[in-house]
Amino acid sequence: MSAGTAVPLLDVKNLSVTFTTDAGPVTAVRSLSYQVQPGEILGIVGESGSGKTVSSLAIMELLPQTARVSGSVRFQGEELVGRSDKELSTIRGRKISMIFQDPLSALTPVYTVGDQIEEAILVHADHGGPGGQGGGSISRKAAKERAIDLLALVGIPNPRQRATAFPHEFSGGMRQRAMIAMAIANNPDLIIADEPTTALDVTIQAQILDVLRTAKQATGAAIILITHDLGVIAGFADRVAVMYAGKLVEAANVDDLFSRARMPYTLGLLGSIPRLDVGARQPLTPIEGNPPSLVDLPAGCPFVPRCPMRIDTCTDREPELQPLMASGDDHASACHRSDEIERLDMKSADVFRAPDLPALSTLSTLSTGSTPNEVPREQRKILLEVRDLVKEYPLTRGAILRRRIGTVHAVDGISFDIREGETLGLVGESGCGKTTTIIEILNLTRPSSGTIVVLGKDTATMTGAERFAIRRDLQVVFQDPMASLDPRLPIGDILAEPMHAHGVSPADRADRVRDLLRLVGLQPEHANRYPQAFSGGQRQRIGIARALALQPKVLVLDEPVSALDVSIRAGVINLLEHLKTALGLSYLFVAHDLSVVRHIADRVAVMYLGRIVEIGDVNEVFDRPAHPYTQALLSAIPLPDPRKERQRRRIVLQGDLPSPANPPSGCRFRTRCQKFAHELDDAARQRCTDESPALEDRTGSRDRLDACHYATQHSVL
Amino acid sequence: MTEPETEAASRGRLVLRRLLRQRLATVGFITVLLLFIAAYLSPFVGAWQYNELDINAFLTAPAGNHWFGTTQNGFDMFALTMRGMQKSLIIGLLGALLSTTLAAVVGAFSGYFAGALNTILLTLIDLLLVLPSFLIIAILSPTFRGKTWLIFVLLLAAFQWMITARIVRGMTLSLKEREFVQAARFMGVPGWRIIFRHILPNMSSLLIIDATVNVSSLILAEVGLSFFGFGVQPPDVSLGTLIGNYAGAALTYPWEFYFPAGFLVVLVLAINLVGDGLRDAFDPNAGIQAG
Repeated sequence: MSAGTAVPLLDVKNLSVTFTTDAGPVTAVRSLSYQVQPGEILGIVGESGSGKTVSSLAIMELLPQTARVSGSVRFQGEELVGRSDKELSTIRGRKISMIFQDPLSALTPVYTVGDQIEEAILVHADHGGPGGQGGGSISRKAAKERAIDLLALVGIPNPRQRATAFPHEFSGGMRQRAMIAMAIANNPDLIIADEPTTALDVTIQAQILDVLRTAKQATGAAIILITHDLGVIAGFADRVAVMYAGKLVEAANVDDLFSRARMPYTLGLLGSIPRLDVGARQPLTPIEGNPPSLVDLPAGCPFVPRCPMRIDTCTDREPELQPLMASGDDHASACHRSDEIERLDMKSADVFRAPDLPALSTLSTLSTGSTPNEVPREQRKILLEVRDLVKEYPLTRGAILRRRIGTVHAVDGISFDIREGETLGLVGESGCGKTTTIIEILNLTRPSSGTIVVLGKDTATMTGAERFAIRRDLQVVFQDPMASLDPRLPIGDILAEPMHAHGVSPADRADRVRDLLRLVGLQPEHANRYPQAFSGGQRQRIGIARALALQPKVLVLDEPVSALDVSIRAGVINLLEHLKTALGLSYLFVAHDLSVVRHIADRVAVMYLGRIVEIGDVNEVFDRPAHPYTQALLSAIPLPDPRKERQRRRIVLQGDLPSPANPPSGCRFRTRCQKFAHELDDAARQRCTDESPALEDRTGSRDRLDACHYATQHSVL
Repeated sequence: MTEPETEAASRGRLVLRRLLRQRLATVGFITVLLLFIAAYLSPFVGAWQYNELDINAFLTAPAGNHWFGTTQNGFDMFALTMRGMQKSLIIGLLGALLSTTLAAVVGAFSGYFAGALNTILLTLIDLLLVLPSFLIIAILSPTFRGKTWLIFVLLLAAFQWMITARIVRGMTLSLKEREFVQAARFMGVPGWRIIFRHILPNMSSLLIIDATVNVSSLILAEVGLSFFGFGVQPPDVSLGTLIGNYAGAALTYPWEFYFPAGFLVVLVLAINLVGDGLRDAFDPNAGIQAG
């Protein structure tokens, strides 16, 4: 299949996409040029709105009618731009196929998975058989067999039986596998994967990336991987292109990009991601500001307002993407000062500096006078204590005559405590019960079983007045900054609301609203704007300010940064750290992103299916995890470092999270446990099946408990 | 040097400011105001009172001192229309306000508070929905005979709100799961305040549309009831009774029909303009230009 080295598989030249909107023309992609060689994996990185998805849809000509596409896209020497839909149909799905982000909406709910893969095969059967194995159509029966083979290839157990299942009977990971099966059904030459793992949990992400590698081996196709996750790119791609405001700003092979980025934006991105493999708290360098609006872009470089290295030339003229002098053709960057960066070999920290947050002493209404204490943990006051907390939901069937058909064990006997001035990270994949846990805590009511003690008061025996008083000291920041602020209330009123409820006088309220806005890095004038006037990062700052309005002692943070773009995230994490030391707060930090937890937490609790499997000091747990699940979870997280990625041996867990309505007997993790599957003998396995391991100290570490009968420390980073 | 707008305006002030910035809403508001002034000042301006007969003019077209013409009994059409508008303005505006407020409060409380309150309120809504309102009002009518016709406004509103209340309840059920409501709850904000501060403002579009639609439907609903001898009784009139009585004359003696009908249309249009303006003022997405 070697078409010669001269002709690239895909050659995109000056591709521009413009949408006509009420606000004026929006140029989502601006003269984009890149090439993909046969069999190569190109990673396209960018934040939301950078045009990475639009550009790939433009290649397939799948954009809506309002889009104007110009430039040239040559696939195997053939021009694609301007071809009719009918002509393109012979290429789409056969030579170029696409994997979408959301596998639930990408599959039709009313047909079985097998039928949908079969359709993908049959629809192209008339254009010559798959893989060019000679002409002629393929029979229905043969297509069905091929669909089953494909499902087996992507790792669906019992493919023959599962082919007859409907999409809703598949888990998210299995749906994405089915999508990949469909994408490779016709042996395509190019697969475009648009954020294929973003909607999935990390252990499932590791599985899917493995499947993509298998798919690539089976078909020899080139892959364009579009993602915002630099870790995924580092471990998967050969070459990387970075997009910003609809333009390519840097392109290089993967090692070069991660070790010698030459464009300030790329440097900023690399500096703003917390690293799982760095123990001591490395300072994050956030990129200030927000991506520009694509309506009426100014003439100069779009990154100018956020760039610490801007000079006058930058505002006058937009830099072209040019090969760097020293690195040669392979490494191109669009910055007037790239050569300078190259000469000085500047790193993220040289370009970006962490911003100074206002000193607390300047904000009179907020200072508490307390200083961060250096007292050892055991002597500090316990602020929040959870003992054997159980939360079960009844499963019922029938609308009128409800009968109970089972129980969902969402949280099943977990215990932890948070002491003054510390951060406990609660991590786990979706469905592990972490959100249920915090809602139970925040409700401050008697749990179905177990106890919750907040600031020395048991929720089971609390009076209404006590509960109300405790709310002052226990506040929450939610995940989604869009949903957690009332869209119909101006910011000033939002911030004043908790103070109003707790009887702060109107004059004090106004003063404190001003101070709160300054504290989180916003302007006091912002108080009479509505939430939609702010970007995601700013809204999350407002959410944090609201939580701080009553000067609480404990803050529950429910995935506070996971909805934010990478470059914004670092700023919010820095803010949280600053506030914690400045105000002496304690955090319960719930997250699925372990890198963020490692960065911010002092202690970490790992949850699996309603139970804590390992808890302890964050460096202890991350550097020497003892529970097989912790090990697998840590090993599944891609590191933004291509060299380390290549050397790592990954533990890929089998299957999906079991249903919490019907958890496995004994140890809940045993069905997916790599240790159970490969290392233990039958007698040892019997113990896992029969006996649920208690959370206790098995490793002799200073501060760490785990729940595995056969726990052994094992570094995976 | 003072910083501009450092004083944080509360939502009420912002909404008012945004409302006043919209020209059409202001036009609607002024129109309603003018209608009120016309209705209540006309007895002092017009040559005839609504209950005076001009035995020299039966069924005359608009002319001379009968600006809107006369009826076959010699009543002055202008005086009748203005008198009718006095009643209809109150019935429409007050009734719509009452019924929408009732719907909002009952619906939101029933949706927000699960348990006994929900069951009671829901039963009440369903009960009122199945009861034939016409029959109830007819049965109650002798009790109120001779008393103020404002009781009639209450009764009309009492049978108007149930369907909206059910919609409000449904929206409340979904709104109360939203994070900003949960956030308020975890801050210790009491339930009733969450309803008035967060839940109802977030469905203000629905409530405003409901209220504006109710204005015209209540004015017309009154016609049917007046026909059965309850509500506004002759010789007193309302826009509704005028339109009801003279609809048949629309083609033959058009002034008898088109003047009251025209004023009803103007009134409803003006209310709609105010409603639209109010809706946009509440909705921060509406993009009202500053300055």
